[in-house]
Amino acid sequence: MKVKIFVTLKNGILDPQGRAIQQSLQTLGFSTVEEVRIGKFMELDLNETNTASAENKIKSMCEKLLANTVIEDYRYEILET
Amino acid sequence: MNIGIIVFPGSNCDRDCAHVFSEVMGQASHLIWHQDTSVKGMDAIILPGGFSYGDYLRTGSIARFSPIMDAVAEFAGRGGMVLGICNGFQILLEAGLLPGVMLRNRALSFICEDAYVRVENADTPFTNQCKPGQVLRLPIAHADGNYFTDPVTLSALQANAQIVFRYCDRDGHVTSQANPNGSLDNIAGIRNSAGNVLGLMPHPERGAESVLHNEDGVTLFRSMLSALEKNKIRQPV
Repeated sequence: MKVKIFVTLKNGILDPQGRAIQQSLQTLGFSTVEEVRIGKFMELDLNETNTASAENKIKSMCEKLLANTVIEDYRYEILET
Repeated sequence: MNIGIIVFPGSNCDRDCAHVFSEVMGQASHLIWHQDTSVKGMDAIILPGGFSYGDYLRTGSIARFSPIMDAVAEFAGRGGMVLGICNGFQILLEAGLLPGVMLRNRALSFICEDAYVRVENADTPFTNQCKPGQVLRLPIAHADGNYFTDPVTLSALQANAQIVFRYCDRDGHVTSQANPNGSLDNIAGIRNSAGNVLGLMPHPERGAESVLHNEDGVTLFRSMLSALEKNKIRQPV
């Protein structure tokens, strides 16, 4: 199965990259852009058939390595293939 | 003394640290590859600066799972002296040996310059040769040195004198202008609650010799040796 994982900064954590991009978009004339938040997108191929077991593993991967939960949140989507 | 310096793929200050301990301090330096699993015989461990694993994912996040890190954590757990410099500090944070995380520098740019730091706690194994409030000039070189933690942890760091170095101006004033990277509370270096693990973003090994026109960094290494010699936290092996 394919898994999409999104890691984003928690609300309230300063995101200087997002702010720089927001300002750049404003400069380009996209004046309605009020906020940009940068995150990470990862796509995994998992050799799993059991969704519950896969979910446990994905959560563990995120907690251990893929996200630093002091400053980041994660969410995932499992795409059956 | 035997000083173990961990070499990760992408470390680039490992030999600088080895040079300082061997040639300047007259000690025995040992480069330890990250795939090794033992720090046996070492009196202190250095996690050097660099870009371990290319800073992929987050700085230090992959290096913390290197095989040697179990031995480093166990060494620290037994009270062994561990110093993390720059990327080494980032690895200690990711490993949970020190609290908090590093964010991208406030101005987004990689900063390579001399910074002034004030010694906020001179009663540690890493700063016992400094005077309280002493100002050190030390080189910094990083893109992710913007220290961040939650308010509860910050209060604990402040209350337990775990903030060892803070960015300041030449005269020792801790101001927002003297903060190069946006670090919370101008934090440049912290220790753990037990006091035997220290992480700092500045590079004392880059300012530890008269030929470099900066010897401010050598006080940290002298402090470590003094602490080890006093057998305060020396590890029987």
